[in-house]
Amino acid sequence: MNKYLVTFILFLCLFIGVAQAKIELHQFENNQQQQLYKKLSEQLRCLVCQNQNLADSNAELAKDMRKKTYQMVVENQSEQQILDYWVERYGDFVLYNPPFKAQTLILWLGPFVFLLLAIFIAYRLVKASKQKEQSAEELQVDEQAHAAARDLLEK
Amino acid sequence: MKKFIPIAVFVLLVGLLGFGLTNDPKKVPSPLINKAAPTFSSSTLFEQQSFSSEQMRGKVWLLNVFASWCPSCRQEHHNINQFVMNNKTPVIGLNYKDEISDAEQFLEQFGNPYQLVALDPQGQVGMDYGVYATPETFLIDKKGMIRYKKIGPLSEQDLTQEIPKLIAQLEAESAK
Repeated sequence: MNKYLVTFILFLCLFIGVAQAKIELHQFENNQQQQLYKKLSEQLRCLVCQNQNLADSNAELAKDMRKKTYQMVVENQSEQQILDYWVERYGDFVLYNPPFKAQTLILWLGPFVFLLLAIFIAYRLVKASKQKEQSAEELQVDEQAHAAARDLLEK
Repeated sequence: MKKFIPIAVFVLLVGLLGFGLTNDPKKVPSPLINKAAPTFSSSTLFEQQSFSSEQMRGKVWLLNVFASWCPSCRQEHHNINQFVMNNKTPVIGLNYKDEISDAEQFLEQFGNPYQLVALDPQGQVGMDYGVYATPETFLIDKKGMIRYKKIGPLSEQDLTQEIPKLIAQLEAESAK
């Protein structure tokens, strides 16, 4: 029994090794640094596999970028300094959250323009259908008045 | 008038989609164009001397980032060989994240068009130049400014028309 248990535990240890091999271990001086690193690696785009952030990507370049980001975090550089470092080299595209400026105006304001457009069209439609109802009512009233008038004339 | 609104919307949409489709998202615009090329110094392949990008001040030159493990570098290599036969502009190679022996073998096998090859085994220089997909090529002017960047393999047309034309322009500029 004991022999099996030891074998089983040894077997489990094999998997611990595998699990650790896949995770990059980073040592941080404090919790703040760790949080910043986590935040940055989720915010920065891997340029090779463009729909992944640094944290998710296993591309060679993403690994290098993570390493550099880690170094800068440990050197106590601020979030802005680190983001600037990457934007200087790879442009705004490296940011998942693009800055608000002339080139990205459509990106940021587009949805609101469409929303306003939709509200305007909806308003017009509602107004038009109301008008239709109203004129239909008016027509009915007219017919009633006609009938009344005819009645009066006939009498 | 009202009839034309759907047509206008349709044309607009087609235009937008067409623009989106003809744009290659892999070609990220480089923020480094018209900015100073990052200076670097490194050891060179073969001679193992030290090279500093400052040495190229006052010259118009090409920096070609390549690696022996990169198939599209092989594809453009012949074109670069042709280019250096017909042009005087120095081409400096930047051997990106490669093994020295592999790089040497690569150049022995396919020819060596480079005036010298700077080594960047860790990819740090590449990172400073915003390299994310080898091969990439930079055209740097006399003042050390990046004036042109090509992502991906250089075609014969790039090297016989577009780049020589740009070089002629840059050569006419003064170094100050």
